Amino acid sequence: HHLDLPPDLPLIYALREHLHMTGTKYGCGEGQCGACTVLLDGRPVRSCRTPVSQASGKQITTIEGLAQNGKLNPVQQAFLEQEAFQCGYCTSGMIMSTVGLLNSNSKPSDGDIVRFMNGNMCRCGTYGRALAAIRQAAREWKAERS
Amino acid sequence: MNRETIAAADLERTQHENIERARYAFELDRRQFFKLLGGGVLVCACAGSVVAQESGRGGRAEHELPREISAWLHVGESGVVTVYTGKAEMGQNIRTSLAQQVAEELRVAVSAISMVMGDTDLTPWDMGTFGSRTTPTMGPRLREVASTARDVLVTMAAERWHADAATLVTSDGKVSDPKTKHSLTYGELTRGQQITKLLPEDPSLTPPAEWRVAGTPVAKVDGKAFVTGEHRYAADMIRSGMIYGKVLRPTAFNATLVSLDTSAAEKIPGVKLVRDGNFIGAAGPDQHTAEQAIKAMRAQWKAPAQPSNKELFDYLRKNPDTSDEGFRHDAGSVSQKLPASAKTLAATYTLQYIAHAPLEPRAAVAEWEGEKLTVWTGSQRPFAVADQLAEELRLSRQQVRVIIPDTGSAYGGKHTGECAVEAARLAKSAGKPVRLVWTREEEFTWAYFRPAGVIDVKASVGADGKVLTWEHDNYNSGPAAINTPYDVPNQRIEFHPVNSPLRQGSYRGLAAPANFFARESAMDELAHLAAMDPLAFRLKNTNDPRLQAVLQAAAEKFGWGSQKSTPQRGFGIAGGTEKGSFVANCVEIEIPRPGAPVRIARVVEAFDCGAVVNPNGLRNQIEGAITQAIGGAMFEAIHFENGKILNPRFSDYRVPRFRDLPEIEVVLVNRKDVPSAGAGETPNMGLAPAVANAVFAATGARLRSLPLLPQGTVPKGV
Repeated sequence: HHLDLPPDLPLIYALREHLHMTGTKYGCGEGQCGACTVLLDGRPVRSCRTPVSQASGKQITTIEGLAQNGKLNPVQQAFLEQEAFQCGYCTSGMIMSTVGLLNSNSKPSDGDIVRFMNGNMCRCGTYGRALAAIRQAAREWKAERS
Repeated sequence: MNRETIAAADLERTQHENIERARYAFELDRRQFFKLLGGGVLVCACAGSVVAQESGRGGRAEHELPREISAWLHVGESGVVTVYTGKAEMGQNIRTSLAQQVAEELRVAVSAISMVMGDTDLTPWDMGTFGSRTTPTMGPRLREVASTARDVLVTMAAERWHADAATLVTSDGKVSDPKTKHSLTYGELTRGQQITKLLPEDPSLTPPAEWRVAGTPVAKVDGKAFVTGEHRYAADMIRSGMIYGKVLRPTAFNATLVSLDTSAAEKIPGVKLVRDGNFIGAAGPDQHTAEQAIKAMRAQWKAPAQPSNKELFDYLRKNPDTSDEGFRHDAGSVSQKLPASAKTLAATYTLQYIAHAPLEPRAAVAEWEGEKLTVWTGSQRPFAVADQLAEELRLSRQQVRVIIPDTGSAYGGKHTGECAVEAARLAKSAGKPVRLVWTREEEFTWAYFRPAGVIDVKASVGADGKVLTWEHDNYNSGPAAINTPYDVPNQRIEFHPVNSPLRQGSYRGLAAPANFFARESAMDELAHLAAMDPLAFRLKNTNDPRLQAVLQAAAEKFGWGSQKSTPQRGFGIAGGTEKGSFVANCVEIEIPRPGAPVRIARVVEAFDCGAVVNPNGLRNQIEGAITQAIGGAMFEAIHFENGKILNPRFSDYRVPRFRDLPEIEVVLVNRKDVPSAGAGETPNMGLAPAVANAVFAATGARLRSLPLLPQGTVPKGV
């Protein structure tokens, strides 16, 4: 996509308003809740605190880009199977953070998961299921890449 | 129900319905105003009708639920069953649990059902999605509708085949005659025509013991849309020509505008400014531009002096709301002379205001087509929001349509439609659809709060461990679950309404978590005075078999009594009943070394809500309610001073995160012999007192204020 935007515009607005990609959610605007998480060259960032100038020329991956040819990514599949959500508003960000975690650490311990994911909030309180989903995704992540 | 429980239930409903709405008092454009009303004479008529609606909780009679099957259910030619309900889905999973119940009675697959929810033009009127009412009221209603529809379909097939209806069977969306092997799908029978029958007085329902679809752990019906990002919340709606709104907020509550300079904002290209009374907003081609316009405005506000957290509890005692008579329950006499061996307790429990902080902030997209207004918004009460829009925008109710996309949670916090009203007002002037999304700071400031409260308990216990007298005075937080489930011969229980210094409203469970906290903490204190084990003490003081059962189930799973509390590790228990459900929690807290932060290590919850409709969804609700309740129990508190919220950000308002997650074990007590009760609220009620009791067991410190541990550690000298 080619967009001409003010350099300090938060990336989330470019995605949601200019590209109409609404899978990325606004939750706080201060990088505290993680609902707006996207990947820049495979690393998770909070798109509400990332100016578009920082994303320019980089590969941006959003929730819309995870499934390939209709097949869910292992993280999406694990969140779905564990039903690791209630209202689902945090889910895009949870999944993108998990992909970011597994990109950098494909064998995370529970401690690794909790530390990495502590910036992703779920007000419905589905952390237990999210933890189970992330463990499942890590197992399948390894299997898929070996 | 006796008179008092009816009174308490009614009060509770009042608390749900009568959340104070923000008032706008738009002038609108005068020319437009007269056009809308059709001339000066009608102004009076219109004002009168608004007042009549406003005065009317008695106006509920005009909302008799329809008895026509076709209002609730339609079988399409393809066999798809469309179900219409005014309830809203916001994560509690009723889109799935209601579909299961229809599927059960209609004998179709869950996948054949399409739920249309919360659309004021398409669904029957509904008071709102709150109070754990969907499962006990909408569930049976839709089961009756589906059961009746199935009877109609069988009758149609019997007529066609000249067969005896009693010999026909239904399964998988078909009526079949086992003798002739005739079979027709529901779609073939109705050919898309409406089922015109009315609901009979007493339709037959499949008893829970025979359920095959209801009662099973069906996965969330549209779960995939949430893991792909395809689900569209209100803020994700895109309309042709849509622009973006922003509202100028006062600097403090109850402030009035002194002066406003919009000259700089007016120079920003593409921005439409709207000023109507105290309402000032802007709409622009994107969010960023609308924000720039608001930032460029120079506004002066004047606000009165207002109270702060410092004097909150004193304020609540001293500012009664004399227009509300509150609630009182008496039994026996609490002033009688006690035996010399009796021990007495007098303790005060307090709780701060907390915020719902749904992760999806308030959002709305408003679109006008001539005089017809359509608003997509996240709310628990689509019809109340439509009423609010009609009133504020001076429209007839028929001119307003509200559509509730499945909402990004609410927890009792999305009863009113301010964001919808603001979006509609901006769209009116802009002449284009407007999307308005509140910022997190607006959400923390201009929504409403879970009431703060002060609860005084005076009680006495005899040498035999029986509670003799019980006095419970609740200031402000509310009457929900205020009556004790324990067998106490002498009781005086009162709720004292207060003029709250902050705008307040319902929160998951209303005042029940507050009243549970005070009561179950005090019961623990009484157990200590009586030198009894807290579980044995509770069991001794109740004869309610369902309460006993959940207490025992939680204790058994937890291994209650197998270890003694130490300064490093404390065990606490609490339980109770509310809205037809029974709950008990056992909690283990750990304090690795003196002065270290307290951590909740393990929570067991036993829960009985009658016949379980979906054990998967129910477990998710219970696990989530416990996790969310950790915030209110341990650290959540709104800080305010002089009309301002001091911590309107997630960086300053701590909510439970991954690292706070304890080990959670849920024991479902599935009572197929008892009608299903709601389960969205009661699972959150036992946690805070169980934690407080565990902290006492470990340290001897009795914490009587929520949040218990805002600093993380047990304060010295408690």
